[in-house]
Amino acid sequence: MTQPQTRPTAVAAPAPKPASAPRAVMTGAFLEVRNLSVKFPTDDGVVSAVNGMDFTLERGQTLGIVGESGSGKSVTSQALMGLLKGTSAQVTGEALFQGKDLVTLPEAGMRQLRGRNIGMIFQDPLSALHPFYTVGHQIAEAYLVHNKATKKQARAAAVDMLGRVGIPSPDMRFDEYPHHFSGGMRQRAMIAMALICEPELLIADEPTTALDVTVQAQILDLMSELQQETNSALILITHDLGVVAEVCDDVLVMYGGQCVESGPVDEIFYNTRHPYTLGLLNSMPTLTTGSGKLNPIPGQPPSLLALPQGCIFSARCEYAALAGDGVCESQRPQFTSEDGHGTRCHLSGPQILSIRNSR
Amino acid sequence: MEQQPILQVENLQKHFPIKTGLFAPGGKRTVKAVDGVSFSLERGTTLGLVGESGCGKSTTGRMIARLMDPTGGRIVVDGVDISQLGGRDLYHFRRKVQMIFQDPFASLNPRQSIGTAISAPMVAQRITPQGGLKNRVKELLEQVGLKAEHYNRFPHEFSGGQRQRVGIARAISLNPSVIVCDEPVSALDVSVQAQVVNLLQEIQQDTGVSYIFIAHDLSVVRHISDQVAVMYLGKMVEQGSRDELFDNPRHPYTRALLSAVPLPDPRQARAQEKIRLRGDLPSPANPPSGCVFRTRCPLFTTLGEEQKQRCVGEVPVQAAAGSPACHHSTLAGALAAGVQ
Ligand SMILES: Nc1ncnc2c1ncn2[C@@H]1O[C@H](COP(=O)(O)OP(=O)(O)OP(=O)(O)O)[C@@H](O)[C@H]1O
Ligand SMILES: Nc1ncnc2c1ncn2[C@@H]1O[C@H](COP(=O)(O)OP(=O)(O)O)[C@@H](O)[C@H]1O
Ligand code: SF4
Ligand code: SF4
Ligand SMILES: [Mg+2]
Ligand SMILES: [Mg+2]
Repeated sequence: MTQPQTRPTAVAAPAPKPASAPRAVMTGAFLEVRNLSVKFPTDDGVVSAVNGMDFTLERGQTLGIVGESGSGKSVTSQALMGLLKGTSAQVTGEALFQGKDLVTLPEAGMRQLRGRNIGMIFQDPLSALHPFYTVGHQIAEAYLVHNKATKKQARAAAVDMLGRVGIPSPDMRFDEYPHHFSGGMRQRAMIAMALICEPELLIADEPTTALDVTVQAQILDLMSELQQETNSALILITHDLGVVAEVCDDVLVMYGGQCVESGPVDEIFYNTRHPYTLGLLNSMPTLTTGSGKLNPIPGQPPSLLALPQGCIFSARCEYAALAGDGVCESQRPQFTSEDGHGTRCHLSGPQILSIRNSR
Repeated sequence: MEQQPILQVENLQKHFPIKTGLFAPGGKRTVKAVDGVSFSLERGTTLGLVGESGCGKSTTGRMIARLMDPTGGRIVVDGVDISQLGGRDLYHFRRKVQMIFQDPFASLNPRQSIGTAISAPMVAQRITPQGGLKNRVKELLEQVGLKAEHYNRFPHEFSGGQRQRVGIARAISLNPSVIVCDEPVSALDVSVQAQVVNLLQEIQQDTGVSYIFIAHDLSVVRHISDQVAVMYLGKMVEQGSRDELFDNPRHPYTRALLSAVPLPDPRQARAQEKIRLRGDLPSPANPPSGCVFRTRCPLFTTLGEEQKQRCVGEVPVQAAAGSPACHHSTLAGALAAGVQ
């Protein structure tokens, strides 16, 4: 089922391989995630936040991860960044970054990779900026980690980057503390801090959600520009399908901690195969739709304390009845992939399409 | 017979005094959060209010709901100027205009039950609905898609979408003529957002209420609005009917704003004309002279000296309700055609 790839692309690997698959078959992907799972033991029970994620990513590519709130986007990125090490979280599976497994890599090795090779932009900017140091100092320090430079050169680089992310009078702002910055400016400062390291892999968790569209456009342009300059890989987590359509090469749709559909961006938008992705696309107003009723997905996401036995989406899926024999309620569908476009559903892409056309 | 608009806003202003440390040279300094905004809202329709964060949308909304006193201008609701109301008159006016916030529970008591929270405006207005307060609250809960049994639940037990429904139930409890919705769906997932937007539209169809809909998501604004007004740095730069404004934006700022919206359609997104604004919104404490947009205006940079002088020296006004506040908007067509 594995197709030879005609171009580097971030797609879910085919059916989950056994976690014990020998390393020797490593495809040499820049980032290869296999059967990644994260569980959090809590007082109420075990929260299964991520449940067997598989995907690969090559340099120069942008992978968008979309899904509802609570679907496991942030936890996936935290696992990749090694931020769950030393917590109660149970992380299993593999995440091979240039051959190194980020899941088992000790904290010391992880710390070396972070900042230098892998950068992260967090959903919450306050968590990344230290309140006791000036914004400029923190960005300059980040620059010095991977550049041999004088303090003066580092300052100049930091001022330049602050300007590029759209902070007015960056030279003056350099010496201010995070609490002097507005929320949007803090977000931009954090983006500057991540970008100045020119990481090979940048994981950006809702980097522009809190920003105005005009600033968002500036920041997205800047991220693409720097990505092209450094040929880095970008994982962009967002719930904004517009942002995905604009900047991503590939898309991975998450639901209940699983990847339910993945593939090249045009495939996901124009040849949608999974009922959840269809629901997501249908519920969204667009700049061109009229003012009729929107079509929200009925119901709510499943409890991660007790995932359903069958398809995780079955309680809300309008196609479930059409799959027959209650198979959706009783059996978890496998992830299957064809031509780099994968889906986790008992119905095939063509079946979904013919049902849609017959309505 | 033509009905008068439910709401008319004329030259509305809010200038906040700035607390300066020692002394303020040149007299009192102010932040011109809202500086001469005018528009009208027809009955049973929705006016979308858009613009960058900090441009004065919320301040405008709060003044209309009289949660804040204007420093100038008129707010005419149903033929009555309410901008200067006080005391009993203001108290009675509260029934007419209500507000929905981004997170209504940020301002609510976490120990207060949903039922108590929804009853609060009716209790404050000493209204005893037919069939009793409790029944009315249960009716409202069902009207916004919640359940009567939610009456005794507490805020933390609700999801973002459910909380927003509670906020809506509170707002409609007094049968207002106008509801100011300030970023009501910004914090919600697309699917939940769609539910709330549908609910707002249903309520409008059933009750004929008018909305001021403030949002930064222009797709939602286009979906829900009849008229759209665009603000920049405390000023109104352009307004018009929804389709007119989205299909044929004339002010350089509106053009830039619309072209920055990421389109959820990869092919369209790749083909989209992109105008990028540089820099930040200037401080409303120290706005540029003449046209407030001139420091970032893409059209300005293409102008000749004489034309530029006009932007710097003369405040552009909207010649008519639908026309853009720009001296050179007729040239903006040239910009769109790629003359840059
Ligand atoms: N430390 C933790 N302990 C227990 N549960 C957790 C923990 N961190 C996350 N979770 C749970 O894991 C699930 C996935 O969370 P995650 O933050 O990845 O969501 P998300 O997809 O990023 O959502 P959003 O769009 O709201 O940011 C949620 O149900 C969350 O409550
Ligand atoms: N109480 C206040 N005192 C001083 N300035 C204020 C106050 N409230 C708002 N402002 C300023 O007024 C401007 C408009 O604010 P706001 O109406 O909240 O913008 P928006 O809702 O469009 O984001 C901003 O510059 C803001 O900082
Ligand atoms: S497996 Fe069944 S329930 Fe799940 S998405 Fe497919 S049709 Fe729907
Ligand atoms: S008046 Fe001048 S600066 Fe202002 S928007 Fe028009 S062209 Fe631009
Ligand atoms: Mg998250
Ligand atoms: Mg606001």
